[in-house]
Amino acid sequence: MVLLSWIAVAIILISSTSILIARNWRISVAWLAAQYLAMFILLLSHAPLGMALVKLIAGWVSCAVIGMTRSGLPNNPAGQGIWPRARLFRLFAVGAVGVIVVGVVPSVNHIMADAGAAIASGALLLAGIGLLHLGMTSRILRVTQGLLTTLAGFEILYAAVEGSALITAALAAITLGIALVGAYLMIASRSIPAEAS
Amino acid sequence: MTITAPTIWIFFPILLGGSLAFVRNRKFLSYFSATVAVLLALMAQFVPIDKALLIGGISLKISPSFAILGRALTIASTEGALLTLIYGGAALWFFGSLAIYNTTQIAPLGFIVIGLLVASVAVQPFLYAALFIQLAILISVPMLVSLSQPPGKGVLRFLIYQTLAMPFILMAGWLLAGVEASPGDLALAVQAASMLGLGFAFLLAIFPLYSWIPMLMEDSHPFIVGFLLWILPTMALIFLTGFLDRYSWLRTSPQLAFALRAAGLLMIVSGGFWAALERHLGRIMAFGVIAETGFSLLALSLNTSAGILILFLLIPARTLTSALWSFGLSVIRNRVKTMRFSDVRGVLYDAPLAGAAIVLATLSTGAFPLLAGFPPRLALWQNLASVSSSAALWMGIGILGLLMGAIRSLAAMSITEEFTGWSSQESLPQRLILGLGMLGLFILGTFPRSAQFFLSDLPLMFERLGR
Repeated sequence: MVLLSWIAVAIILISSTSILIARNWRISVAWLAAQYLAMFILLLSHAPLGMALVKLIAGWVSCAVIGMTRSGLPNNPAGQGIWPRARLFRLFAVGAVGVIVVGVVPSVNHIMADAGAAIASGALLLAGIGLLHLGMTSRILRVTQGLLTTLAGFEILYAAVEGSALITAALAAITLGIALVGAYLMIASRSIPAEAS
Repeated sequence: MTITAPTIWIFFPILLGGSLAFVRNRKFLSYFSATVAVLLALMAQFVPIDKALLIGGISLKISPSFAILGRALTIASTEGALLTLIYGGAALWFFGSLAIYNTTQIAPLGFIVIGLLVASVAVQPFLYAALFIQLAILISVPMLVSLSQPPGKGVLRFLIYQTLAMPFILMAGWLLAGVEASPGDLALAVQAASMLGLGFAFLLAIFPLYSWIPMLMEDSHPFIVGFLLWILPTMALIFLTGFLDRYSWLRTSPQLAFALRAAGLLMIVSGGFWAALERHLGRIMAFGVIAETGFSLLALSLNTSAGILILFLLIPARTLTSALWSFGLSVIRNRVKTMRFSDVRGVLYDAPLAGAAIVLATLSTGAFPLLAGFPPRLALWQNLASVSSSAALWMGIGILGLLMGAIRSLAAMSITEEFTGWSSQESLPQRLILGLGMLGLFILGTFPRSAQFFLSDLPLMFERLGR
């Protein structure tokens, strides 16, 4: 289980970094779905299978909602290749987040009732890279992905200390709500240039 | 027959809001929603919770709790006054939508938002409130942006900042439970307090995290933004007060009182400063709302029963002022291209009551005598001066900025070519609503005890702070 958890952390690192630097929205949505799979694996070590499944399904449905909405919007040919700029800078920023995460994992692990280094690393990576994402963009699809990534990180950490069914249901509703609001805003913004394909 | 209080004040409004989303008749929506909101407010005030009533031979009892997924939603009898205030305030906006175009979504989504926010007060354990507040925030987004209008950056920032509040507050709640278990762990207490501070800084849009408020006032319909900027901070403040009431070490911490005072003063001074310099009527209201939250934080920082009384005295004034201000702005918005000073020149001659309402609402926020905002601010000022005279001075500086904003708004709206005549273009419902609103401002300002009959019970919501 420990090995599986570290594999999930590796998937989280690759997927959240890929979302940050991907130019193609299809690829970034696919990585978001992979991120939820990794989250599911990490959750299994603390939460019952049912609760972990609820979070996985909510995450995947959210990916489907934003993917289907985005696929119905026109591409912006002029925007191709424009976003994201400075991949190296983004990779460097991810590296900085990684260094911070490595530094704070022991203390966070201690605070969160010894949830496990893998859980703390995965959660903090998601939260950190999600926040990085939110700080770098004002595009609706990207903001939605950033929020979902940050919340996924929080959910992993929180599930280690709180197993309430109400919390799980409300967080699943919030995940879906963020995806629906993102989809709504994407549709509302169809008159302005959409995300680069 | 037994019915639960959450069914009446949480589930029924949410279901009603969902049903009303399919209604397109503006007049029906407005009258019906306002009537239902008033009925819910009256029921909250006069129908006792957890006591059997005999109505025409039928015994009716409203039980306080409703079990959901292993937890409980509980509306105690002490929360009746708050429900009266919330549903009464919502009725103002629902009735106001009668005279304002493009606001049909306020009643259906407004009911859902209010239902979720009442759930945030009712949920046990209380720190789960953050989840319901977050759901209400997500529902607010379609109110702010219609499908035919590209969203501005303000909406995105609103969504991001308010969403980030939830994880911090939930984590803080968990850490606070740890602090209770081991009170001597200073490091844990500092971590919990920092998490809590960050969470509420996002939720209450505390300096410098309030940049989305002016942006939202510029991008979205002022009437709807006014509604959200009334209900969301009000409920967030009650949530924050719940935290202080629950944790005695937090309540008695001098550092927390200092942090609340500093944050409140920063919001009042920065809000006043920008209101004095701003050249957009909507953004001036935004800075007024920011300062208003600052006053509430200052009241909380007093950490006394007087502070709690002032906090609740601020709420009716804030409700009426926000409703009138946003209504006046909406009337003017329909007549001008933008609400920049350059575009609203002379609008006072076309919409004198709306212009007067905006100026009076700004003056009320700036503690102008005889207006609704004056009595609570005066009480706050007196209490603050007894704690720190420099803090009272800074509060005065912020108020001065707000008053300058009012005078500049008046000047911008009244400047026009010579010999321009008065020709009121406002409709009869608009005149009626604006007139009643302004009268209300004077009544609350001149007779502050007029709201006392339900305000006196409000502090009882809090077991320790309010008694």
